[in-house]
Amino acid sequence: MAITRSTDLSLRLDRIACEGHGACAELLPELLSLDEWGFPIVHSATVPPELAAHARRAVAACPVLALRLDRTRP
Amino acid sequence: MTAESVHESTRPLPTVPGDGSAPGPHGTRLLSGWFTSGRAADLADHLDRYGPLPLDRARRGGRGGPAPLIHAVEEAGLTGRGGAAFPTARKLQAVADGRGPAVVVANAMESEPASAKDATLLQLAPHLVLDGIALAAEAVGAREAHLCVARTRQHQVHELHAALAERERHRVGGVPVRLHELPHHYVSSEESALVRWLNGGDARPMSTPPRPFEKGVGKRPTLIDNVETLAHLALIARYGPAWYRQAGAPDAPGTTLVTLGGAVRHPGVYEAPMGAPLGRLLAHGGGPSEPLSAVLVGGFFGSWLPADEALPTRFTKQDLAQLGAGPGAGVLVALPERACGLAETASVLAFLARNGAQQCGPCRFGLPAVAEDFAALAFGRLDPDGLRRLERRVGLLAGRGACRHPDGASRFAATALRTFAAEVERHLHHGPCPAVDHAPVLHVPTGSVPGADEWR
Ligand SMILES: Cc1cc2nc3c(=O)[nH]c(=O)nc-3n(C[C@H](O)[C@H](O)[C@H](O)COP(=O)(O)O)c2cc1C
Ligand code: SF4
Ligand code: SF4
Repeated sequence: MAITRSTDLSLRLDRIACEGHGACAELLPELLSLDEWGFPIVHSATVPPELAAHARRAVAACPVLALRLDRTRP
Repeated sequence: MTAESVHESTRPLPTVPGDGSAPGPHGTRLLSGWFTSGRAADLADHLDRYGPLPLDRARRGGRGGPAPLIHAVEEAGLTGRGGAAFPTARKLQAVADGRGPAVVVANAMESEPASAKDATLLQLAPHLVLDGIALAAEAVGAREAHLCVARTRQHQVHELHAALAERERHRVGGVPVRLHELPHHYVSSEESALVRWLNGGDARPMSTPPRPFEKGVGKRPTLIDNVETLAHLALIARYGPAWYRQAGAPDAPGTTLVTLGGAVRHPGVYEAPMGAPLGRLLAHGGGPSEPLSAVLVGGFFGSWLPADEALPTRFTKQDLAQLGAGPGAGVLVALPERACGLAETASVLAFLARNGAQQCGPCRFGLPAVAEDFAALAFGRLDPDGLRRLERRVGLLAGRGACRHPDGASRFAATALRTFAAEVERHLHHGPCPAVDHAPVLHVPTGSVPGADEWR
């Protein structure tokens, strides 16, 4: 069983705000890809610690602030 | 929908005790007044049958103790009748536990085109629904309540205004209820759309969280329930959970309203025990009128099942989930063998594609693309590559919108491809069958994509 540490992060995508710019998927291909119209497919919302830096960069790259990183509640 | 659509059998009607605690004719509860009197219940009829509003039973214990009504609803095992069959007591408790005074919203929008049960209930027994609103409000500590109806149903609006005025005149009690007329689109009835509209915005779904029970109308904890759910709650408050469980099955207690359509002898709205096999539910409407190929369970938000799989399956959340279906809002449409399931599906998908709120990627692009490919499969030509593309796109709709509209469309399309697999093969190799020219079984509303100004 996986133990959720208080440092675990999860991705939260606001589907209404998202405009399909696709910048996020380029920076975080391990967790995000794009459909044929450029809208993200979230493969896993849980961000493993080794991807935290990439995830932060992806969040910062979204021009409409549709992507966020939340602390997973323990 | 009119009262005429509720069908009476030719059996003699047993008499019902005045307190309403015994089931009415044919096991009815919500609709027993109609079966014994043959008319819509006004306030006097309602009070004669069920007695006064038992507000004291809903009242919370001292110092924020739990309301006995919430406990009773939990014991009764009541689940939501708006689509998701979520345990009603869990929602009541979450709202009651929220911070500050709560708000109650009754969902009477009934946007599902194949359903007529909410309109029928509101026409025949409006005071049961209004009692349910008052009791739920008392139980969660709400000081205001809202009843949301579709603006297009002016007849219903007038009747409900009259019923509310009647209660006011006779001081029935409970929180004031405001009636709201919302734009009528397929997704304007989704719960976050109601909240957004009541907060002064468009009746379009919002991104969640926060969910309405946390932060809804006026940022307050908000209980949103289907009107039928609230009517059951009003009976549980009066007669208790043991009485409630006398109907239905241990794992699916109580009765439920179903709308039967398609190839049944007497289409219409019926009240039936939960947990009965679908074949038995269809028998309430006289059974199939001709040989069936499939049953649509849950309406446009539902699933196609092959008739031989569907008919013996029990109407419970768990049994239906094993077949990739759910009780939804209680719609059962019997598809006759002569009809083309692919053509029916294509028309519904086109409707669902027109009726997204045009906010999220799947609704703006994925759903129209799926509808287009499905139309080619049903009415024109689609090659095997096209079919693979269709299947891939159907698989990419679910879980990718702010609300569950794309999930519903995905399930509708996926269950059609499975249930009508033989027809898919035939259409792929020989094009449409002659059945596509028959009159459709499902009545699919026409109309175009709502304009940006049509959501307020
Ligand atoms: C696209 C969409 C349309 C919906 N339409 C209705 C509706 O017309 N009436 C309704 O009661 N619930 C509808 N719902 C479900 C509501 O969001 C909500 O879950 C329900 O009103 C809760 O009531 P219940 O717990 O009593 O079932 C819809 C949901 C979705 C995703
Ligand atoms: S960068 Fe932002 S807007 Fe673009 S696809 Fe990703 S989440 Fe959507
Ligand atoms: S998924 Fe579709 S219907 Fe739901 S909020 Fe997004 S655009 Fe609107």
